[in-house]
Amino acid sequence: MAHYMLSVHSVEGDVREPMTDEEMQQSHKQLGVLEEELKATGAWVFSARLHEPDTATVVRVSDGEVLTTDGPFAESKEHLGGFYIIRAEDLDAALGWAAKVTACIDAPIEVRPFAGVSDG
Amino acid sequence: MATLVRVLGDIDLAEDAVQDAFAIALRKWPADGLPPNPGGWITTTARNAAIDRLRRETRGRELLAQVVVLDQSDDEPAQEVGPMQDDRLRLVFTCCHPALSTEAQVALTLRLLGGLATDEVARAFLVPEPTMAQRLVRAKRKIKAARIPYRIPPEAELPDRLRPVLAVLYLSFNAGADNPSGDEVRIEAMRLARALAGLMPDEPEAAGLLALLLLTESRRRARFTGHGELVLLADQDRERWDRTLIDEGQAIVRACLRRNRPGPYQIQAAINAVHADAASIRSTDWDQILALYDQLFALSPTPVVALNRAIALGEVRGSAAALALVDDLDLDGYHLFHATRADLLRRLGRTDEAARAYARAAGLAPGDTERAFLEGRLAAIGSPGRGPGAR
Repeated sequence: MAHYMLSVHSVEGDVREPMTDEEMQQSHKQLGVLEEELKATGAWVFSARLHEPDTATVVRVSDGEVLTTDGPFAESKEHLGGFYIIRAEDLDAALGWAAKVTACIDAPIEVRPFAGVSDG
Repeated sequence: MATLVRVLGDIDLAEDAVQDAFAIALRKWPADGLPPNPGGWITTTARNAAIDRLRRETRGRELLAQVVVLDQSDDEPAQEVGPMQDDRLRLVFTCCHPALSTEAQVALTLRLLGGLATDEVARAFLVPEPTMAQRLVRAKRKIKAARIPYRIPPEAELPDRLRPVLAVLYLSFNAGADNPSGDEVRIEAMRLARALAGLMPDEPEAAGLLALLLLTESRRRARFTGHGELVLLADQDRERWDRTLIDEGQAIVRACLRRNRPGPYQIQAAINAVHADAASIRSTDWDQILALYDQLFALSPTPVVALNRAIALGEVRGSAAALALVDDLDLDGYHLFHATRADLLRRLGRTDEAARAYARAAGLAPGDTERAFLEGRLAAIGSPGRGPGAR
């Protein structure tokens, strides 16, 4: 069994129709069902949605000093919106879950393997 | 190779083991003679060599346990054809997994299944060897890290998963065909296409690809002059076409027609088969070819297919009709688009425009042979045009 991170990426200024309230409710509901499925099959390890990028703070060391800056790390327009950590046998299984997530929320999902984590 | 990947579960380890085994073979076989089952001998020797290597590596202890467990059943050299062929299929589907880029798929397939050296693959695709080597390293790393599974995809996924495999083989064949140092790659692509068709008798597109490659290859000796210059289909000496390859290709096409599960590769093969039937360009059944292109376009409505269809249409309905179709296409960066326009314009007597189109085509040509050919056409028209000065 391997672990994978499925991360949801949003792109600022992405030309997209904003979801109606009804669509948002539908999407939430679908995600809820999916999460149940992940948990029931033992694939779910952790998942979370993050607050908006402007709530972030960056801490770094520069010239031996610890600097704290307001705002997200990436200057880019692309931001991490949330993620799932799952257990899966192989990449095909992980991609299967990712396909279900992206069907619910209509955003691209990056699937990346964890290094050195396994429970056998 | 494929069996070893399965047994050892690691592509790098399998590669090293095969090299070791070949080294031993080179030493022993000249003196001892060929063993009765050389393939099986290599597999067993490689497996033993790998086990020796693993014993020496502490990290390999886990892997060794796996190998030993799998090893229990067969002490004789692997003789069964079935499982070995399955292993080749597993390997080709792994190499062509959609999580890998097309470049990576091509590099892996030719290297691991085709057994080509890295520099041979590099030359065929006109990239420096270190670039190709890096590509392979990254791809193998991804297979391992992301755990791309080593298996034949479930039946429901097969049609989708087969597509990149066929595309990789077709790409490889064409890259090898257009390139003076591409012989090994071209031949390897044909060999793999044949193996794939044999391994997947239920997939008519696999047979279609094989037929397409055979029929294309049948014209190879007529495609170049003694000086290495390009000769178009219309001008080729058909006596130089390889009838054995044509016979086999056409037989496959007929069998595919009977199965009636058409697909793009089968149709392209059929088009080539119709050409192969004609004693000369004049006796070509263009109506039949146009009908096939109609079918191909319905399945695969790309601008390039539309372009090739237009050429056939030109033979049936005249150059003006064909040019009208071609002018509607958005293929400005494609040298054959301009070459096609140029030829149609030339036939319509619009010489200046034809010259400009040939010049543009020559400027976009992907290789010296093609460029030389197009510049030749430009010169033959006899118009000053933009000339060879524009590179």
